[in-house]
Amino acid sequence: MTQYYLQQLINGLMLGSLYALVAIGFSMIYGIVRLINFAHGDVVMIGAFATLALVGAGTPWLLVAPVVLLTGVLAGITIERAVFRPIRGAPQVTGFIATLALSVMIENGGVMLLSPQPRNFLFPDVMRTRVPIGPATVSLTDLVIIATTLILVGVLVLVVRRTRPGMAMRATAENLAVARLMGIDVNRTIMAAFALGSALAAIAGLLWGGRFGQIDPLMGFAPGLKAFVACVIGGVGSIPGAMIGGYLLGLGEVLFVGLLPPEYSGYRDAFVFATLILVLLVLPNGLLGRSEEERA
Amino acid sequence: MLEIADLHVRRGATHVLRGVSLTVAEGEIVTLIGPNGAGKTTLLLTISGLLPVLSGAVSCRIDGETRSLGDLRADRIVAAGIVQCPEGRQVFASLTVRENLLVGAYRRHARDDLRKDLERCFGLFPILAERQALSAGSLSGGEQMMLAIGRALMARPRLLLLDEPSLGLAPQVVETIFDTILQINRAGTTVLLVEQNAELALEVADRGYVMETGNIVHTGTGQALLDDPAVKQAYLGIAP
Amino acid sequence: MRTPVRHDWLAGGAVILLGAVAVGLVQALLSDYLVTLACIALIYVMLTVSLQVTNGLTGLFSLGHPAFMTIGAYVAAILTYPAQRKSFMMPDLPPWLATQQWDLLPAMLIGAVAATLSAVIVGFCVLRLKGHYLAVATLGLIIIVRVVINNQDGYTRGGLGLSGVARLTDLWWVYAWTVLAVYVAWRIKHASLGRAMLAIRENEMAARCMGIDVFRTRLLAFVLGAFFAGIAGGLMVHLVSVITPGSYGIPLAFNLVVMVVIGGTGSITGGIVAAVAISLLGEALKPFEETLELYGLSQVLIALGLILMLRLRPQGMFGSGEPRFLLSAVRQAPQAVT
Repeated sequence: MTQYYLQQLINGLMLGSLYALVAIGFSMIYGIVRLINFAHGDVVMIGAFATLALVGAGTPWLLVAPVVLLTGVLAGITIERAVFRPIRGAPQVTGFIATLALSVMIENGGVMLLSPQPRNFLFPDVMRTRVPIGPATVSLTDLVIIATTLILVGVLVLVVRRTRPGMAMRATAENLAVARLMGIDVNRTIMAAFALGSALAAIAGLLWGGRFGQIDPLMGFAPGLKAFVACVIGGVGSIPGAMIGGYLLGLGEVLFVGLLPPEYSGYRDAFVFATLILVLLVLPNGLLGRSEEERA
Repeated sequence: MLEIADLHVRRGATHVLRGVSLTVAEGEIVTLIGPNGAGKTTLLLTISGLLPVLSGAVSCRIDGETRSLGDLRADRIVAAGIVQCPEGRQVFASLTVRENLLVGAYRRHARDDLRKDLERCFGLFPILAERQALSAGSLSGGEQMMLAIGRALMARPRLLLLDEPSLGLAPQVVETIFDTILQINRAGTTVLLVEQNAELALEVADRGYVMETGNIVHTGTGQALLDDPAVKQAYLGIAP
Repeated sequence: MRTPVRHDWLAGGAVILLGAVAVGLVQALLSDYLVTLACIALIYVMLTVSLQVTNGLTGLFSLGHPAFMTIGAYVAAILTYPAQRKSFMMPDLPPWLATQQWDLLPAMLIGAVAATLSAVIVGFCVLRLKGHYLAVATLGLIIIVRVVINNQDGYTRGGLGLSGVARLTDLWWVYAWTVLAVYVAWRIKHASLGRAMLAIRENEMAARCMGIDVFRTRLLAFVLGAFFAGIAGGLMVHLVSVITPGSYGIPLAFNLVVMVVIGGTGSITGGIVAAVAISLLGEALKPFEETLELYGLSQVLIALGLILMLRLRPQGMFGSGEPRFLLSAVRQAPQAVT
């Protein structure tokens, strides 16, 4: 019995970690430009495919992670320059449509160039060892995912709270015009936020691919949308909120599937979005978010 | 130090500044008064590089070097030594008091100078030292004004632009703020002060300009404007 | 002001008649494939024009049209499905339903009513949200509908989809409904309801101050859009004979948004032109996709076109107005909006 519950808990934490990684990046971007980056989920896909390519080319695993991070950084910077900067200052809906278009382009571009067939990639065998925790065992992969997330988030929080560029990001997110009056180069600061957020998404892609074994060009859409739900739950624009939202969503999804009879497990995605609508109605600022007049 | 010649600026569809010319010499306190909507804030935003110049010239002359500000990016203008304390204070509520001050010094890199400047700020505004670790959003209006000025000072401005420092503050507090402005000026910083409170502004200023609907309509020394009957009637609430 | 109103009826009637003649010609002279293409283009016109009322005029960024299409389509298809195979394909259907086999029109209407009722319920939940929150909530609606249909396979055949739906749609039906949709949208836009919608889009607070019941107007726009989406779904499923839970999904939502934006948010003529152009473009590119093995090319190009449009001409083809020569026939064009 304990094995089952422990496994479910770990599943929830593992899924929550993946959601949190994507959600935090999403929240950083939203916080600084006030636009939903629809293409954020596709950076997850880019990270997964980058991993596939690197592994296929024989790169040692220790080198793969940093290169994937770099890929994320590049993707984020490109997205910012190509789509977000030209429409800065345009109404919210224009931004939404533009990033939706970007997402469609990336996804279909992927289908066009890479074929819609799912590919497999696997973590090295060592990841499948089971680690004993108390009376039960847990897969090393899951532990690595949770640990990586906590470490990366910890690093990110340090960067945002303790460094000068981090302070610039917080200032720019709060008030872009006044940040400029402080002499902050807001273009560079925004680009940095995109870079950091996308790096996290790319790593999430690496972890996702390794954990679930299959990747395809359209895989980014669901995580992207669920990251948005996680952000809404935790409070959009708040990094700790995104993390909490991610874990709550992950645990909630696993709980939902675990508690209800198996006929209902197909409803898990519907459950996620029903939660989104519920949260938007009841707690419009999420758990930790700032108040935004544009909500309702 | 600052020279503005025949400046025209649009905000959206509105032609706000219609040929504004003014100068600020080094070491002066110059004030710009006038009714709401005259374009005073627009002028300051343009000087700081947040709004584009439609036509006309904005230039500054610091340490013998003349530069046209119209083509400079906002962060370079700050680097040149022109720093603004914006309307409504606009401190960063999500940062602490200390972080707000540090953000003001963003363009500077010498670390130990920073500590000295922080000390100088705290000397000028002891209440900020007490509240260092608190979030700036929890300060009172007057304290936020002090923080905003301190934040601007951290950038070691040669020219300090102040946009309505008395706005929304109790008279007692306003007195303190204006005393501080005088202090700052005597220590060597040139000041361009935009104000609604015409009387106070003209009392501290060396020279003043009166602006109405995008144009300068009067100019003179602070005292001359205070004595001018037209100004008295329009802005000082004194019947002729 | 008598003459202008007569102008209105005369001009409109002439256009409809011309259209009918064109339809007759197409039906008689062109191949089946091209006739089907024409049907699809007109269905897209109906979808775009109804979305113009919701998104364009009222400024509600709803991505939910495909969800309402799906509901309308499934209900209509289940009702028209040949009775002999119905209980075999959808075993959980109650016997009184399984023995029925309806005609197209009543089935489509019930489908549209189902879509409309869903829109009312959903509307109460999500219409207080703004901007991109509404967009994502309606996106979630697409997913929820798809998941429910997938899982209730006793009623809908779930992921296997329903094939063998009777091919009842023809170009005349499509034309008639499209004309109706355009007429309704045009009349709303040039009446006080349309002006109220535009007011809400431009400045909600001001609209409220003017006494406009914002929520009710939004609900009306949303529900109206859903009704025509339901009709469109019914027409589409009886054209292609096949439907799966994912048939009308997010790619379709995106394409509809593209049509609305490129035509000009709020412009009915623009919506019509964009719908026809883009649906035909998509079809024209399909052979290229096959031969070059570049599946997804048409989508990439459409998305690219949208991004370019947003950068270079964000108001779309006609902005929020209609082309001048059409406006001269309509006396009640709102002045302040172009």
